[in-house]
Amino acid sequence: YDVSVSTYSPDGRVFQVEYAGKAVENSGTAIGIRVKDGVVLAVEKLIQSKLLVPGANRRIQNVDRHIGIATAGLLADGRHIVKRAREEAQSWRDVYRLPIDGKNIASRVGDYVAAYTLYSSVRPFGSSTIIAAMDTTGPKLYMVEPSGLYWGYHGTAIGKGRQVAKTEIEKLNLEEMTCREAVKHAARIIYNVHDDAKDKEFELELSWICEESKGFHQIVPKEIADEAEALAKAALNDDDDMDD
Amino acid sequence: MSGLKPGEVNLGTSIMAVEFAHGVIIGADSRTTTGSYIANRVTDKLTEVHDTIYCCRSGSAADTQAVADIVHYYLQMYSVQNGKPTVPLAASLFQELCYQNKDNLSAGIIVGGWDKENGGSVWNVPLGGSLHRQPFAIGGSGSTYIYGYCDATYRDGMNQEECIEFVKNSLALAMSRDGSSGGVIRMAIITEKGVERIFVPGDKLPVHWEG
Repeated sequence: YDVSVSTYSPDGRVFQVEYAGKAVENSGTAIGIRVKDGVVLAVEKLIQSKLLVPGANRRIQNVDRHIGIATAGLLADGRHIVKRAREEAQSWRDVYRLPIDGKNIASRVGDYVAAYTLYSSVRPFGSSTIIAAMDTTGPKLYMVEPSGLYWGYHGTAIGKGRQVAKTEIEKLNLEEMTCREAVKHAARIIYNVHDDAKDKEFELELSWICEESKGFHQIVPKEIADEAEALAKAALNDDDDMDD
Repeated sequence: MSGLKPGEVNLGTSIMAVEFAHGVIIGADSRTTTGSYIANRVTDKLTEVHDTIYCCRSGSAADTQAVADIVHYYLQMYSVQNGKPTVPLAASLFQELCYQNKDNLSAGIIVGGWDKENGGSVWNVPLGGSLHRQPFAIGGSGSTYIYGYCDATYRDGMNQEECIEFVKNSLALAMSRDGSSGGVIRMAIITEKGVERIFVPGDKLPVHWEG
């Protein structure tokens, strides 16, 4: 029952979609947190080779000016989804002359991903997508799974370290937090979940949409990102110290 | 642009919309002609596309009714999925249809309405399918005769009563000069509270200099 995506198992599961989820589970962690004045995305970008240019091959990409997407899983699939999201955002602008809002971009991405779970001639996308947006009704955060299922979240995590990350995120008081604080927490959480024993080096990718970025999705400015990363490294060392 | 086909019905028309503090006043004459025969002397050219968004139709009756119906459908879907649409959104839909089909349409439309974000707003979508937000807009064949009158009479910050008088007097002048406009004046006041219609019968029209 697990050979084709158009086949159900006797207990009502579509195995191909579940296997697609495995690709996500084994990938580098990505988290998103929505706070009072914006949304922050952070990714544990595992470095495959020392020859790669730092800062290239980003896992967080822009979709229109006010939307950012972070992917986990098969990165090629993730890029394809982002390409489609960009087209959907543009087509919304063409018809309505307005930027697309969070709910509708999530819906369009969700519908697109779900379509690939219906036919045996294609395979489901092996990536989950975290969508951060800022629209007229405030900051928004959505996550789309390979099945096409999506929900809106206050905080979400995907990839290897998602269990630990979710636990950490749940401890935070997101409703009152500002983006500045959120950036520090996001960096700390990514450093926290990274398993030095299992994985090689990683690069921390941080992005945000907030009032400070004037509602645009952008990479967190260097000074703020560096400060957050330094604090994150320091926090790791604190954890290592034994407490009586 | 094809213009009207033989036998096609024309909304000769004088239409107008004015924005004020709490909403908009829209108005139109009531004459529909096929050539020189008045096919309908009591036409309603003010068409609802949403609760507080209306359009004034001029040009081909068939074309403008078809376009308004399509926009009405899109706004129904939009409001079910996304909540109340705004007036600029409705105007953008009109623009998209009028521009992409400009070779086959003869439609001059003025969109007027109220929404929470913008208050009252007036959007003119003339023949080519461009989009213009204006404090007040005039359209139709009769409008050519009242450009001077409107420019001389309009002031910023008029209240509801003054806007109603402005629309009434302007349309009456257009109707008396333009052979393709006439009949009665239909107006609508669109505010947060909704739509209130006003009817001015043909024998109660304001009279300008008649010699």
